[in-house]
Amino acid sequence: MTNIHFWQGNEACAEGAITAGCRFFAGYPITPANEIAEHLAWRLPQVSGIAIQMEDEMASLGAVIGASWAGAKAMTTTSGPGFSLMQENIGYAFMTETPCVIVDVQRVGPSTGQPTRCSQGDVMQTRWGTHGDYASIVLSPNSVQEMFDLTVRAFNLAEKFRTPVVLLADETVAHMRERIVVPSLDKVKIVNRKKPKRGDKAFFGPEDIPPMPSFGQGFNISATGSTHNEYGIRSTADPIVHRRLVERLVGKIRKNTGKIVDIEDYNPGKCEVGIVSYGCTSRAVYETVELAKKKGINVGFVRLKTLWPFPENAIQTMAQNAKILFVPEMNLGQIFYEVERVVHGTVPVVPINKIGGGEMVTPEELLKQVVRGLEKH
Amino acid sequence: MTEKFSIRDYLRDLKLPFCTGCGDLTVASCFLRAVHELGYMDLNKFVFCSGIGCAAWIPSPYFKADSIHVTHGRSITVATGVKLVRPELNVVVFGGDGDMVGIGLSHLIHAARRNLDIVVVMVNNMIYGMTGGQVAPTTPIKAKTTTTPYGNVERPLDATRLVVAAGASYAARWTTFHVEQLKESMKKAVTTKGFAFVEAVSQCPTAYGRRVGLKTATEMLTWFKENSVVLQEAEKMVEKDLEGKIVVGEFVHREFPTFTETLYETIGEAKKGVKAN
Repeated sequence: MTNIHFWQGNEACAEGAITAGCRFFAGYPITPANEIAEHLAWRLPQVSGIAIQMEDEMASLGAVIGASWAGAKAMTTTSGPGFSLMQENIGYAFMTETPCVIVDVQRVGPSTGQPTRCSQGDVMQTRWGTHGDYASIVLSPNSVQEMFDLTVRAFNLAEKFRTPVVLLADETVAHMRERIVVPSLDKVKIVNRKKPKRGDKAFFGPEDIPPMPSFGQGFNISATGSTHNEYGIRSTADPIVHRRLVERLVGKIRKNTGKIVDIEDYNPGKCEVGIVSYGCTSRAVYETVELAKKKGINVGFVRLKTLWPFPENAIQTMAQNAKILFVPEMNLGQIFYEVERVVHGTVPVVPINKIGGGEMVTPEELLKQVVRGLEKH
Repeated sequence: MTEKFSIRDYLRDLKLPFCTGCGDLTVASCFLRAVHELGYMDLNKFVFCSGIGCAAWIPSPYFKADSIHVTHGRSITVATGVKLVRPELNVVVFGGDGDMVGIGLSHLIHAARRNLDIVVVMVNNMIYGMTGGQVAPTTPIKAKTTTTPYGNVERPLDATRLVVAAGASYAARWTTFHVEQLKESMKKAVTTKGFAFVEAVSQCPTAYGRRVGLKTATEMLTWFKENSVVLQEAEKMVEKDLEGKIVVGEFVHREFPTFTETLYETIGEAKKGVKAN
């Protein structure tokens, strides 16, 4: 049997999860993420895994958190409305350093919006959705292949950094079908959480990424979403304990930005026009580069495979030579502001926005903007 | 049971957080006595899940055991994940009435419906105590609270009858006056195969009692004693005479296949290659 398939993005995500070692899934039905739950309901039991449907999204992520502390690699999937409901438990998973993966297949919002239509409206929610100070790791696939590969990576990062990781897909990438090469298991890098040694007592510090025991192993774990010391004992008023905890939690991600950030780029140091894109929108950029070439315009791009932590260096590099940067997004401007912040006025940044009906930004539209932008600047 | 019961054997060496006269200590003590009498000399085979509120602090972090103190209302969902992955562990949820039948009500119903084999201990103090005494879904009608200064206009929820209707395997309600019965029910809850629910009507003189004319724990316990009616007696009474009474007793004790049993059976079939739909 060949390992080349013609899969849907959501199927690839589900298979990627199984490859990564996911053995617990809990979710609540929502368009356009359902196929992941359906595929896992079929496949997980075959590999001794558990797939359940919970009563809502808060329950889904709650069950995932419990499963993770019970020792399983665990995942939930949803779309905008459900992702909103999960925000409190995302903060909880961050605060308690619970590795887990949350897949948000974006659809048009706000509110119920247009459930079957593609959007990129949840980008900032993945960064700032829960309350309080935190840092997030968010991956952005742009193909069926990456729905598989980045799901594996999401689990690896969650396990390595002991934190929730979001795979921020979109309806287009999730529902389209294309060729995918499934790597053989021995070729896939799998990361597992660091386990404590017998007698260890500190599972919430002081080291950046403390070891994580599982329930039932005799470690007397005390996990809490309240501010806690390295032994998990609550401390709800002490400023020092809070600073030490939350600065470490944010710091363990910030300090490792270089290891987490992943981009694809083309001609970033020499282009006259730079495009920053991610997810389904980035697929139009490949063609724009070719169309521009025919017009004698040298277009380069940075494609964000990790949205958070934000790949600042890659964008700064491109901004050093480019005369102008474009940021096409299927929202009214989210990553645009981040790019503007990073380039800090050294080069004009132009947003290209399109929302509603799942209409994509086309290569022709992009090209038109590029030409017009070059004339103006 | 060979060793003499000492509550210290089951607790971490920490100062307990409860107010003077709080019923949570009675509930904690009943539970730990129950566990001791069942022959558990430590809590290594237990995982405790709790949400937000005073009762959620009973196990976390005071019990010398694995405990996970989670978001408000979601303790049962976390317990679901723990139990399904580690079915051999005793998973016990502690929560107040706000946690269990306010913000987290749907999870309670669904856990009972699924017959998820966990124990849920709901400490019903009829008030949001931790936040200072706001009205709860369990507050008696006309009671004065900080958010019902003219008296509560809503009817209280009967959580125990609700879980019976939802399909619980075991359900009982006692008050903190009935310590022996409460302990015995907790023993049954821990040993019951399937979803087990114990409601402990408990006193909060600090945030509830003093606003309804019951200033001390003694006054509240006397009120429990005088107003409790055992289920068998209550069944003979007319509705009007039951107004303001606390019906106590064992409401149900039955056996169904549990969620974990059925789930693992299904996984076994899938692994054998049974065709899916």
